[in-house]
Order: sequence, then C-alpha cells, then structure tokens
Amino acid sequence: MSALELLTWARGSGLALALGLCLFGIILRLFEILSLGRKTDLAPARTVTPGSGWRTLLSRSLPPPGMLSRAPLTYVGGYVFHIGIAIAVFFFVPHIELIRGLLGFGWRGLPNLFVDIASIAAILAMLAVLAGRLTDPVKRFLSGKGDWLAWGLTFLPLATGYAAFHHLAENYTLLLALHILSVELLLVVLPFSKLFHVVGLFLARWYNGEIAGRKGVAS
Amino acid sequence: MSASYERGINAFMEVIDAPVASFFSSCVHCGLCAESCLFYTETGDPQYAPIHKLEPLRRTWQQEYTLLGRLAKLAGLAKPVTDEELAAWSPLVYDSCSMCGRCSMVCPVGNDITMMIRKMREGMAAAGHAPEGLVTATARSITSGSPAGVKWVTVQAQIKRMQAQFGIEIPVNKEGADYLVLMSSWEILNYPEYLGAVGRIFAKAGATWTLADDAYEATNSGIQIGASDLARQLVGRIVAAAERLKVKCVISPECGHAYTAIRWEGPNLMGRAFGFEVKHILEVLDDLRRAGRLKLKGSIDKPLTYHDPCQISRRGGVHEQPRTLLNQIAPQFREMNDGGTMNWCCGGGGGVSANERAEALRTIAFKRKKAQIEELGVDTVVTACANCRVVIEEALEHYHMDIEMLGLTELVAEHLDEEGI
Repeated sequence: MSALELLTWARGSGLALALGLCLFGIILRLFEILSLGRKTDLAPARTVTPGSGWRTLLSRSLPPPGMLSRAPLTYVGGYVFHIGIAIAVFFFVPHIELIRGLLGFGWRGLPNLFVDIASIAAILAMLAVLAGRLTDPVKRFLSGKGDWLAWGLTFLPLATGYAAFHHLAENYTLLLALHILSVELLLVVLPFSKLFHVVGLFLARWYNGEIAGRKGVAS
Repeated sequence: MSASYERGINAFMEVIDAPVASFFSSCVHCGLCAESCLFYTETGDPQYAPIHKLEPLRRTWQQEYTLLGRLAKLAGLAKPVTDEELAAWSPLVYDSCSMCGRCSMVCPVGNDITMMIRKMREGMAAAGHAPEGLVTATARSITSGSPAGVKWVTVQAQIKRMQAQFGIEIPVNKEGADYLVLMSSWEILNYPEYLGAVGRIFAKAGATWTLADDAYEATNSGIQIGASDLARQLVGRIVAAAERLKVKCVISPECGHAYTAIRWEGPNLMGRAFGFEVKHILEVLDDLRRAGRLKLKGSIDKPLTYHDPCQISRRGGVHEQPRTLLNQIAPQFREMNDGGTMNWCCGGGGGVSANERAEALRTIAFKRKKAQIEELGVDTVVTACANCRVVIEEALEHYHMDIEMLGLTELVAEHLDEEGI
C-alpha cells in the first residue's frame, strides 16, 4: 500500500470506521453506567436546588481555594494542554473543513500562527505533565498502563499533526496519513480507556454537584 | 450471618450504582485527591491517595460491570480481588480515611470519593475486615444502645446533675414535645453541659422538648463501620421513639456522623421518609434566633476560631449557622484558613477515633489542624462536634498546646439574654 493509498483509506473508510466504533463504544459505556441506576434519595433536600449538578459541571473546571498552590503543574499543565488541544482540533481551518464535509456545517477558524502557538504550548504542557507523572510520588504510584496509554494516544496526533503542518518529514503524504490514523486510533480506544473521562466527567460532576447540593453545599 | 469474603464481594457489587460507575470511569489519576487529604499531606505517603483506597472496589466494578472487564475476567486476564487484598486494604479504608469529604470537593472530574469509601466499607465489614475497635463499638451499640456502653442510668445521673446545676427541668418521654433531643456518647460521658445548655436555651425560648429513655444515643457505629443493617437498627430506635412521642423534630447533637446517620442516611436506611424533621442543634439554634426566640448578650473578649466538623459543614450543609451565632457573641472570631466547607478534618472522624489501630496515624494527621490553629494565634477553638472536640483535646495534649476547646451550644447558653424575650 502506498502512502497515498494509506491516506485515502484513512480519510475515507478508516475515518468512518473509527467514528462508528467510537460512537458505538461511547453508547455502550454510557449504557454500562446508566443501566446500573441509583436509588431515590429519601432524605429531604435542605433546599431544592435543581441547578446544583449543572453548576458543578462548570465549577469543577476551576481549582478550589488553596489547591492551585499545592499542585500548580497539574492545574496549569492541565489547562494549557486541554485548551491547546481544543484550539488545534476545533479551530485549525483544515479540521473545520473536514467537520464541514462530515456534518455539513462549520465555523470560522483561527489564523495558523495562533493555532501553531497553541499546539506548541499543548505539546510542551503534555511533556511537562508527563515529567510530573514520572517524578511526582503520588502520580507515579497511581499510574498504570492505562495512564501511560492515554498520554501516548493523546500525544501522537498532536505530534504528528505538528510535524505534518511544518512538513518535518520528506514524505508529507505519509505523515498526514499517520496523523489521521493516530486520531482514529485515539477515537477507537477512547471509550474503553482513561480517555473516556472526556464523556464521563459530565456525569461524575453532575452527580457530585447534585449529591452535595441536596445537602446545601456548593461543590 | 457471619462475615466472609463472598459476602464482601457481594456487598461491593450491591453498592455499585451509576454514580460510582461514572466516577471510576472518569478518574485520570491526576493525584489531586491526595493533595486534599490530610493523611497524605501530613505523611507524604502515596498509598494514602484517596482514590487508591478504593482499588478493590474499582476492580470489582471493572470486572463485573464493564464489557471489557468481564471479557478479561472470562479470559483469565483480570486480576481478581482476593481476601488477602481486602485485609491489606483495611488500614487504608478505615485508618487513613475519616470520610471528611475534602477529596470529593477537589476532584476535577467530580468523583465523590468519600461516598465510595462509605460504600466500600459495606463490603469490607461484610468480609470481616473492619478494625477491632469499630467492631466492638458496633456490637456494644446493638446490645446496649451505645457504642461506649452508656446505659440509661448514666443518662439519668447526668440529668440529675444538670437539673441541680442549672435549675432546669429535663423532660423525659414527654409526648407531643416540639423536639426530641439526642446525645452522643461523648456528650453523656464527657460534656453533659451540652444537655444543660439545651435545657437552658429551650426554657428561655419557650420550646418544648424531651429525651427518650429508649433512644438517647445518636452515635451510629453502623455508619462508620459500613454495616447498613446495623445502622438501620440504630436509626430505627430513634425513629420509633420520635413516632411514639409524636415530636415535630429530632435534634442531632454536636456530633458529625450522628447527623449524617439520622439526617441524610436515616430515611434511606429505613426505606421511607420520616414524618418529623431532623435538624442539627445549630440549625435549631439559628431557627430560634431568626424567630426572635433566642436573644444573646455579652461577648467573649478573646480571639477564637471555629473548627467546622466535616459531617456538619462540608457533608451536611450547616456552615453559615455557626458563624451567625459566633458573630453575635465573639467579636474577635477569626476564620481559619480553608475554613467553612473546605476546612481540614481533625483526623478522627468516620470511626478513626474509635479505631485504636489508627491512633499513631491520627496523631500525625492532626498536624494539619495544629498548623491551622497556630497560624491564627488564638487560644480558644469552638466546635460543634463532641468527637472533634475529644480528638482535638487529646491531640492538643499530645503536642503540648495550651488551647481551650468549647462547644458552641454551651457557649450560646452562657450568653443567653436573661432579660430578653
């Protein structure tokens, strides 16, 4: 298979397959979680706060008082790489065109220079959090294969995308194919790995906020 | 039924629900829960990272409730949870977690780790891996009505003492009273002044109240050990007394886990909503204040601070009331750093103080509270949980700190406006 054939497959059947498996996996995982159900809380709520779960969806994105100084690398590194990746994925013009081709709609992209800076920041932040995971006693102790896999699967598309954009290899076609394949690998593995937190955290934060809110605590 | 490994695993499977599954599905091992846990911050030992304490429960979830986990189990690729592993986890689940809930406030993906520890203890107790101290306390609760073995005759003696000391009437088994007052073992044994304070405040406020001779103890070891069937029995005694006496409200004493047991877990343990309200004593005092029935005068002319009991503040939502009350009588009231719902635990909640095995670790963990108190430069600490009070008093003694501990209800009683109302 030539690089062009690989790229063609990755852009066509490969992408469709990866998106399908990702969607199927997410639905399966959501079913696994939600089908377990939960008992109705018979203790009367202190105050009726229907918005507490939704509030926590947002509030948990900010460090609670005193925590930023205790774990600056975790918070700052986390913000930079998540925001950097989001900018690269959703505001790089070729990505938006791909989304437009798939969904029929798109939006305005950001200048390449801006996306480039965001990507570099994300790459550096990911390397920093990796160093943190390797050296911090707690993170190193907690980390298992799944954590290293999640880091690798996230870093690959970022690194290959950056390399392709800057033509860092002679065979651009192959580099682009590898970039798309790395994204597809991430999509397929996402539902069954630590990467599922991108979906699961919405449930987890909502439950947390709702449980605490019933007691009159803003969590 | 006797404890066994099988019962433990079955209990794990029973307690896993959608929130637990969503929590385990979202953890990315960021380690922030450790930074919020005093058992880690004061020891630096990574095994005390809160999420690690749940590992056997997590693997049970993965192997029983996820497709990939089940396939791995069928193929013999999954590492089973063993009885030896549960035994090894017992100190992590019981000694190094006071269920203070700080990690649940900090987790960036929103995991309520404390709620999962509470659930995990159900399996640990069923498997026979609860610590001896808690097992004994729970057994005593069932046989004698109190984890410390306090009998009604002891309460009667304290009633007589308080009546004589304060010249008040302490009603017993009075039908139709507004409030049924409960106490914790510590209050009966160490701080009977609480009872005297309640009597004085209610007499002044014109509230009717009663004790019940068959339901005076609010401490619930069943909650701490993780045995819902026993917790249900203990709560059931209070519910039966409240219904027999037709009271409007049951008052949880200055005890954190007692409040959680009767207020938040009680109806769920009993499987029905109660026909009466359940309030913490601080909520009642603030209600009376707002109704103009509790007037205070005078002030404490010294700097003091308030230690938020975790189950009352962070896990119970009673964090404004103590401040409102203190601000009326303590002009030099100073907030601790991280006060309120982010306050640090005393280290002895969740059954840790009843667990002799945890004593050395608890003393180390107290260094966090010690630092909080020292940086304020106060000589007086007020709290609203008798267990916190005992734990802090013991630790202050250990660290040779000359700090006075006070109960907030007693403090309020000492500042009643005798001419008011």
